[in-house]
Amino acid sequence: MILATPMMLQRITLTALLLAITGNAFAGVLPEDRADVLYHLYDGGGVEIDGPSILIRKQVGKSVSVVGNYYVDMVTSASIDVVTTASPYTEERKQWSLGLDYLRGNTTMRVNYTSSEESDYDAETVGFSVSQDMFGDLTTLTFGYALGNDLVRRSDDVLFERDLDKQMYSVGVTQILTKNLISTLNFETITEEGFLNNPYRSVRYADSSSALGYSFEPELYPNTRTSNAVGIRARYYLPYRAALEGEYRYFIDTWDIEGHTGSLSYTHPWNDFTFTGKFRYHTQTGAHFYRDLFSGPQATNFRGRDKELSPLTSYTFKLKAAYEFLNDDGNDWGFLKRGSVSASVDLLHIDYDDFSDLRALAPIGSEPLYQLDATIYQVFVSFWY
Amino acid sequence: MNDSLPNTRILLPLLGLLLLSACGPIEPWVKPYERDRLADPIMALDSDPVSTSYIQHVYEAREGARGGEGAAGGGCGCN
Repeated sequence: MILATPMMLQRITLTALLLAITGNAFAGVLPEDRADVLYHLYDGGGVEIDGPSILIRKQVGKSVSVVGNYYVDMVTSASIDVVTTASPYTEERKQWSLGLDYLRGNTTMRVNYTSSEESDYDAETVGFSVSQDMFGDLTTLTFGYALGNDLVRRSDDVLFERDLDKQMYSVGVTQILTKNLISTLNFETITEEGFLNNPYRSVRYADSSSALGYSFEPELYPNTRTSNAVGIRARYYLPYRAALEGEYRYFIDTWDIEGHTGSLSYTHPWNDFTFTGKFRYHTQTGAHFYRDLFSGPQATNFRGRDKELSPLTSYTFKLKAAYEFLNDDGNDWGFLKRGSVSASVDLLHIDYDDFSDLRALAPIGSEPLYQLDATIYQVFVSFWY
Repeated sequence: MNDSLPNTRILLPLLGLLLLSACGPIEPWVKPYERDRLADPIMALDSDPVSTSYIQHVYEAREGARGGEGAAGGGCGCN
């Protein structure tokens, strides 16, 4: 029985929606021709997800750049949700996308199509954005819109099919402030309508007739959600050739989730290596219909016990190293101009303020709070041509 | 829908108008020949788009917030 994947996929298709309309920082120039082959591995909380991501971008003529991406998630899950209410499972998700950038003067127009398939979840996203350089190319203004259509199914019920429609609007400004400082401001609104809950997940309610003192029933979410997020980022060139970046995001939605996310990163080149360290902090309140334990069956109109919608605080520490084994200085690799290999590790820790670890089998109401530790590995090779 | 949230259909055009209203004859205060540091690869806002989009996937799956982290463009395969 599959438990966690559809909601995860729903969020991942949201990422595709977000990425479908975010703009290049320098709109008056087409992105560089490059190819990337990445292997990713997420390991934590009983879940292991790995797979490749392959990206190829190539300019066609003087004003068009096309890009393609193929991405795979191979999931093996025995997460806390799965071990407390269902059975471990394996799953595979494949996603591919095609995009086109068209540059005309100081204006760049982009279209993008993304398709994602899993055994019980399909998603399609179409995005469009326009970026305009202005004020002597000091400012880039980007407007974006994306439309997503998802189809939610159940692996144990062939007749079960629900729709989920998403729309996203964004405005972004990239601003050169000084000869050492560049910043971005982004505002994004996402609206969703349709089947937003996970067809497999259950909520917990107090039940004196049960030996444990509680039982489970299917969760039930509202069928609409609208969120607003505003993010600001600034990157500063340090005098000895290094870079410092700070970022803050404020998030709020109609489910009463309010979030603050901040990060600080430092990039330091050394010979042909570039090292980056980053710390990220995120805190959020829980959805208004989230409860760790409901007072009884069907206690409220809407019910959820998805730990990602609970109040939580997350911390990530990242280290990354990149080695440029091929550069522009007279190499004889034919059409290849540059090449690099990169490796990174992210250590993610999440403290849940209101999500009990039911594996402890403690008396009801006195279970310890759950904590998640995950390690995220990435290794990738990049070529520019 | 929560009425306290800004109405997107009003806010976005207003923001656009506000930004466009500044389209006067502004002299660039950082000249093109002064942007060599900003053009350094270490100053790229998104030097590894394929990696950025992946890690955003991870956070979308593990947290309740999303969006507001633009400028992931430039070749992620999804812009």
